[in-house]
Amino acid sequence: MSWASVDPLYAHGLNLAVWVILVVRLVVAFAVLLNAVILMIWFERKAISDMQSRIGPQRWGPFGLLQTLADGIKLIFKEDLVPAEADRTVFKLAPYLVVIPAFITFAIVPLGGTMRIAGHTVELQAANPPMGILIMLAMSGISVYGVMLAGWSSGSKYPLLSSVRASAQMISYEAALGLTVVTIVLATGSLSTHDIVAAQAQGVWHWNVLRLGVIPFVVFIIAITAELNRPPFDVVEAESELVGGFHTEYSSFRFAIFFLAEYMNTITMSAVIVTLFFGGPAGWVPPVSHLRWVFPIAWFLVKTVAFAFCYVWFRASLPRFRYDQLMDLGWKRLIPLSLGWMIVVAGFLINRAWGFAMAAVVLLAWTVLSRAFELGQGRERGAHAVLPTVGERPLPGEVLRSRTDEEER
Amino acid sequence: MARSLDFFGGLKLTLRHLVRPTVTNSYPAVKRPKQPRQHGRHVLNRYEDGMEKCIGCELCAGVCPVDCIFVRGLDNPPDHPVSPGERYGYVYEINYLRCIHCDLCVEACPTQAITESKLFEFSFTNRADAIYTKAELLVDDEGNPQRLPWEDWREGEAEMTGGWMRAASPNGAADFEGVVQWSGDLGYGVRAPEGGQSGARDDEATGTKSIRRAFARHLEPEDVPLDQRGLPGLVSRARSTLARRRTKAEP
Repeated sequence: MSWASVDPLYAHGLNLAVWVILVVRLVVAFAVLLNAVILMIWFERKAISDMQSRIGPQRWGPFGLLQTLADGIKLIFKEDLVPAEADRTVFKLAPYLVVIPAFITFAIVPLGGTMRIAGHTVELQAANPPMGILIMLAMSGISVYGVMLAGWSSGSKYPLLSSVRASAQMISYEAALGLTVVTIVLATGSLSTHDIVAAQAQGVWHWNVLRLGVIPFVVFIIAITAELNRPPFDVVEAESELVGGFHTEYSSFRFAIFFLAEYMNTITMSAVIVTLFFGGPAGWVPPVSHLRWVFPIAWFLVKTVAFAFCYVWFRASLPRFRYDQLMDLGWKRLIPLSLGWMIVVAGFLINRAWGFAMAAVVLLAWTVLSRAFELGQGRERGAHAVLPTVGERPLPGEVLRSRTDEEER
Repeated sequence: MARSLDFFGGLKLTLRHLVRPTVTNSYPAVKRPKQPRQHGRHVLNRYEDGMEKCIGCELCAGVCPVDCIFVRGLDNPPDHPVSPGERYGYVYEINYLRCIHCDLCVEACPTQAITESKLFEFSFTNRADAIYTKAELLVDDEGNPQRLPWEDWREGEAEMTGGWMRAASPNGAADFEGVVQWSGDLGYGVRAPEGGQSGARDDEATGTKSIRRAFARHLEPEDVPLDQRGLPGLVSRARSTLARRRTKAEP
């Protein structure tokens, strides 16, 4: 494998210009992400306040745009506390285990098409490694460590509970996440994000969201929301149950880093959804002679902002899942669904006959599985059951009414 | 199945709220209009000839549930009386660290000497400032409350003092609604009665609005008052806005 096949930038070998382009590209990606975080926090606060009929931040800068900056400055100047019971090294390491993967994941996202700079073809993507999308899965795996170690090393019980939840939740949803990614990789025939985007460039009908059926997209967006610990899957940071979750004991700059990482992940994952399912920078380019490279970037931005809005929308609308419901959804619904869909897609990739055969097999398996769940749930709700599931038990008001009715009779 | 799709309803609701006007406003800069009967900082009124209304009877101090009022009366000096009658309020102090603005003192006062303005946004940096004496409470020579440096007076808060008292007759009987049973105030004369609890309320003159009307634009469609729904509502709202602007431009 030659260097040029990794990135067209290396076509003429490594010289100074290539190095400069490489460094500039990295710095720009870094700066874009950091600025995007500032805008994202502002956007989230503003959109949520609109949905709640409030005004939201408005004091710093036009429309309150600088509010995040002010908050950041405030956080940096606060006292940096390390609890006496904390494992100091791990406690200090944990925030970086969360924030660095967030950066690395963003590096593989193609932000636009290609550009010609000084005779070099430059891909607007910080890195295009051959293992591509696997990096996203690996990094989300590592960030679990960050959250887990942060909670564990705090030497405090709520963060510990939170980190237990975090590890269980993120690991269980990673399976569904991985299986949908496998579906896409199967259809594309390449792991590289650049190739995945290129395969969808021909038009809307080639976008994976439609080509693979909507199911992988739905599974992916649910799983990724859980992976991000964002509402409605924020049991990790459930304020009403766990104080502040895994970062309860963190203050000052280290807390800011967690916050930064959370929003960086939100943006990155919006970008990943766009890359995997919505053709990344693909979109209509008007017939102009100059600045053609701007339009793919604009398309990419529009799509990413749309998904960032979705996360905010979910947060404003949906109440938090209970922990057992969360596990139910992950293991009993999403994983079988994504696995089955992957098998069906794989069958159709060979030919039609295989596709229908696989669909039949999956349907059969689905029936068996749902019967098994039913039996298991029946056993769970036996003589020692504490409470039936919400929705199947009468509400307190209904119980009261039925009792008073009986008394009157 | 229908139940599991309920969350789409939530998503729809938040989207609908996204385009609605906000309920809150940027508070210190923009303030909601206050109700005519808002309970705020007290004022000690004077008669139209400048005499004080307070007669030092201490009924307000007696009725005060939190003991925040301290009054001592004194015989009027014969050569230059402070109030008409025998006695006047020699010492009058209200401790605003204790006052709960219940307006029982206003109800108890036999001469309508103490009423409340609509000002509630005042703060102190020490306890001594929180005790308002007669020097601060008494209206000035134009009949307006004094504006202390730490008080945030806005337009209209000093007018209509004692709106509650003027809402109905002192004994609360609806028959006396709109019947003037109070004396005139310095600078304002005999103040007009306010529309009361019966159907004969004059909301135009007093600016009273029911909560449902005030928030009509934020309600669910089925909760909006009938005359404010749809196109007729749009027209009537526009008309009232125009009228308000015209009255503002006139003086």
